Amino acid sequence: MTITQEPQAGTREVGRDRRRKEDQRLITGRTKWTNNIELPGMLHLSMVRSPFAHARITGIDTTEAKAAPGVMAVLTGEDLKDQQGSLPNAWPVTPEQKAPPHPAVAVDRVTFSGEIVAVVVARSAAAARDAAELVDVDYEELDAVIDLKVAAADEVLAHPDLGTNESALWVFDSAEAGTGDDVEAAIRDAEVLIEREFRQQRLIPSFMEPRSVVVDPTGEQFVMWSATQVPHILRLMLALTLGVAESKVRVIAPDVGGGFGGKLQVTPEEVITFLVARHTGKPCKWNETRSESLLAAHHGRDQWQKLTLAAKADGTVTGLKVQLIANMGAYLGLVTSGVPILGAFMFNAIYKFPSYRFECQNVFTNTTWTDAYRGAGRPEATFAIERMMDELATELGRDPLEVREQNWIKHEEFPFTTVAGLEYDSGNYEAATARAKELFKYDELRAEQARRRESGDRVQLGLGVSTFTEMCGLAPSRVLGSLAYGAGGWEHASVRMLPSGKVEVITGSSAHGQGHETAWSQIVADQLGVPFEDVEVLHGDTQISHKGLDTYGSRSLVVGGQAVIKAAQKVIEKAKPLAAHVLEANVADLEFADGKFTVRGAGADQEGLSLTGLALSVFAAHDLPDGMEASLDADATYDPVNFSYPHGTHLCAMEVDTETGETTMRSYVCVDDIGTVVNPLIVDGQIHGGLVQGIAQALWEEAVYDDQGTLITGSFVDYTLPTSADTISFVTDRTVTPSTTNDLGAKGVGEAGTIASTPAVVNAVLDALRPLGVTDIVMPCTPERVWNAIQGAAHQPVVEEAAPHFDESAPNQDTPETEGGTL
Amino acid sequence: MIPAPFDYAAPATVEEALTLLSEHGDEAKVMAGGQSLLPVLRMRLNAPELVVDISRIESLKGIDDTGDAIRIGAATTYQEVLDSDLVREHLGLLHKAVSEIADPQIRHRGTVCGALAHADPAGDVGAPVLALDATMEVQSRGVVGPRQVAAADFFVDLFETAVGDGELLTAVTIPKHTGWGSHYEKFVRVSHQWAIIGIAAAVRSEGGVIAEARVGMTNMGSKPLRAPGVEAALAGQPATEEAIGEICARAGEGTEPPSDLNGQADYRRHLAGVLTRRAVLAAAGG
Ligand SMILES: Cc1cc2nc3c(=O)[nH]c(=O)nc-3n(C[C@H](O)[C@H](O)[C@H](O)COP(=O)(O)OP(=O)(O)OC[C@H]3O[C@@H](n4cnc5c(N)ncnc54)[C@H](O)[C@@H]3O)c2cc1C
Repeated sequence: MTITQEPQAGTREVGRDRRRKEDQRLITGRTKWTNNIELPGMLHLSMVRSPFAHARITGIDTTEAKAAPGVMAVLTGEDLKDQQGSLPNAWPVTPEQKAPPHPAVAVDRVTFSGEIVAVVVARSAAAARDAAELVDVDYEELDAVIDLKVAAADEVLAHPDLGTNESALWVFDSAEAGTGDDVEAAIRDAEVLIEREFRQQRLIPSFMEPRSVVVDPTGEQFVMWSATQVPHILRLMLALTLGVAESKVRVIAPDVGGGFGGKLQVTPEEVITFLVARHTGKPCKWNETRSESLLAAHHGRDQWQKLTLAAKADGTVTGLKVQLIANMGAYLGLVTSGVPILGAFMFNAIYKFPSYRFECQNVFTNTTWTDAYRGAGRPEATFAIERMMDELATELGRDPLEVREQNWIKHEEFPFTTVAGLEYDSGNYEAATARAKELFKYDELRAEQARRRESGDRVQLGLGVSTFTEMCGLAPSRVLGSLAYGAGGWEHASVRMLPSGKVEVITGSSAHGQGHETAWSQIVADQLGVPFEDVEVLHGDTQISHKGLDTYGSRSLVVGGQAVIKAAQKVIEKAKPLAAHVLEANVADLEFADGKFTVRGAGADQEGLSLTGLALSVFAAHDLPDGMEASLDADATYDPVNFSYPHGTHLCAMEVDTETGETTMRSYVCVDDIGTVVNPLIVDGQIHGGLVQGIAQALWEEAVYDDQGTLITGSFVDYTLPTSADTISFVTDRTVTPSTTNDLGAKGVGEAGTIASTPAVVNAVLDALRPLGVTDIVMPCTPERVWNAIQGAAHQPVVEEAAPHFDESAPNQDTPETEGGTL
Repeated sequence: MIPAPFDYAAPATVEEALTLLSEHGDEAKVMAGGQSLLPVLRMRLNAPELVVDISRIESLKGIDDTGDAIRIGAATTYQEVLDSDLVREHLGLLHKAVSEIADPQIRHRGTVCGALAHADPAGDVGAPVLALDATMEVQSRGVVGPRQVAAADFFVDLFETAVGDGELLTAVTIPKHTGWGSHYEKFVRVSHQWAIIGIAAAVRSEGGVIAEARVGMTNMGSKPLRAPGVEAALAGQPATEEAIGEICARAGEGTEPPSDLNGQADYRRHLAGVLTRRAVLAAAGG
């Protein structure tokens, strides 16, 4: 198979819809990913996992397993406890943050179902799996706490030794921070007060390639291949956790099949594979099953949100108060504790709220730990505020877009410092909204909605609105420092000029499906005036890309791409003395364009000197100016000066079958402003995939535990992940308001679709049903929940529906209590 | 996912298969398309010593016209059923239901008889086969010719049928319903999902009036169900919503469907009423 492409007009690469360089090998599978790495004498690992959510381990009998065919070793927490250290949490959000030790293999107590209690090492994966069945573990069950609100009551403790389930309370208050007024005063003086509770259900990242690790201990260094988003962070954290010299560890992330935040982690399995390889002296491999992935790879979201919005009667919002309980699960993973805190800066979204308060209580439960999942903190915030803006519009009987516009930052008001203290550099919400309305045929759909309402159509139509902005491009190191994050937010790049005229670009931003190889090639082709095809992008191996902070938080292009530009600019600067020397001109008189140095004022017919030609001259080094280093290669480390703030307006039309509760998407339009676009095809891919993931939160996905803490949605039979067959053709468009914080003018796009789409869908479903008295439906809006909401509303007097939603039994508070589906 | 070790045999005749099954007792498992068996083995919910693959037995392959009925052999895949003109012409309901099963990969391996023998109440072929008054052929070792079991007696309970230990389901024979309109209404949240519920309806119409109707229900109990009261009441009614709405709304009455993540029993009963009306109207219309 080959990917062919028509030649396009124009010489600039940035902005072209280049087919992705990496797709041929990825689609045909002719590449290296962790699980197809085979090393001589390799051993295979299988994990024995706890079936209980909370239990004391009273004994482990490994005799039978050890005697099984092909088994080399069976190791328990007792065997590994002196070496395994504690898995890292890089984000102590408060100085008082409480966290239990986090062993890779549980030693005397298990704290969630799926926690590893032993590892079997055998000559084949099948032998390991067979023997894992023979490990006999005795448990004494302990009371488990599963639900986050129950956990907050602190009666049953996930970790009795901590004395509480509360990990940390994190507060931002605009009056205290000096970024705004006192929210309590705004609430007291409110003419309109809206109080709501929302549930952010638990989600499972569900990347395409399950996690996999190979460790080769033979040789001077330990080499770890891992299906990870973060090879650089992993290397450092392995060294710190295990007390191994960092220089003795090389981490390689070969082609990685997606992550969505789910592979932004230092996992027990990585640590265990490392320890077993060291113990046995043999290369070792662990490859997870999908069931293990759903059970024990970190989960996402899982918050309870309480919002209080104060407004004037004319619709001007005067204050917003946010109270969250965030479910950490049983442990703090790499950034578990920080994920909800990222939302703190985003609940005020695109709006000019004069007062704001955010409180987040992080709690432990006996469930799989949560951590980053596409959007991390920002989808939660956007959902809540966009639901609230719809509630405000409903309360006032006004159009939801009009109420939003009344409160948002106008394009002439940028740069704008928000009530959460961020400086938004640019944006044009009016333009994006106008374009979205036009593409959506907003007015026509409203007319159809009115007709259906009037005729009492069984299928009602709802229009859902969502606007969003997000802070992306993680992150200015100083900001991270002020939030007590354990690292910086810079990115590193190198540009190497090869003597043959080819260019190697090394990026510290570790792609796992995003298309860096293509986009970075386009950027460098423009910067250095070389053909796109002549640029090779290398990443994901700490020995090649020795420095980096990897890929997450929509950071790669705006931070990593900018580092590449800086490095390319240094290459040109380094070449100038040689160009001046050959052209017998002054450095100051040189111009560089389209890959060539020319002398200013020397006329249009001068040939000029190509940069690639100079690369050969430097390689030969026969005639360099005095004192010039024989290299044009350059490194750059770029620390962003600010976040970038993409924004957009998303409009969704949903049909709701009021007889069955079934929801069907009718149309979806999004107009995003992500600044300058490097590759529109890649951007569309990011938007489409992001939309589906966000829509899935609204309609389909939910990780459910039973009362005992057993994951009911333990396979894709019950964890209803959508496929392309479940989605419609999206209409995407863009407005372009360049970011002022990087040379490209780009803003992040990796999470945009996921952030904006969830509230657009839920708002649409509710908009269809409001005349029936429905005011809220807990996510995912399954047909049954929709139908129940309609039934519930039909049987309630209308006055009660406007009452505040703080009742324990409010419809958005329940967690399903039922058993899973069939096989 | 790696199953526990097992031996594998691919006999060439029904006789050989039955011999293997009787020799190994309940340590042996029949495999047709493997689309339910293999997931069970891979998840280690079952660990037989021997898997007897019947997919290479010539006499179990194919779809035949027996005059009044169509006979589908046990080694016939869903895809062969979908591609069959006989099925399309005479068993429209089965055709519609099979087209809603899983995805092409699974339909190219999975078999109608395998699904019937597996007897998952959420499986899509049980309800149409029951509604169309099929007969199952069950073969025991040492007995000449198969036992004929009516569909109504075939399904016993969750994952339990009239096929006994050591027996083989060799074919299903379904009376022709030539000229009947049919519809299978499968209710799912995502496209690749098992039926939350499914309604199989076949209707013979005469001048806009329902002459005869058959209604089968998927996942409305521990086995496929039929709605005989509804069927009887439909006969003689004009095929309009006004005429049949009330009748169909009773389809779920008295059933005990499961309660799970996709819906509580009462919601399923409600759906059965709505979807029966829709399925019958669609069947009568086409
Ligand atoms: C991802 C996925 C999605 C699916 N979705 C659906 C769906 O939407 N709807 C649906 O209806 N089904 C679905 N199925 C199940 C599918 O229809 C199976 O193929 C079918 O249930 C079994 O048929 P088989 O030939 O593969 O049987 P096997 O898997 O080979 O056998 C199933 C069971 O029946 C027994 N058996 C098989 N043949 C005989 C026989 N002749 N005599 C006695 N015993 C026998 C076996 O021992 C075994 O216990 C799905 C399966 C998968 C993997």
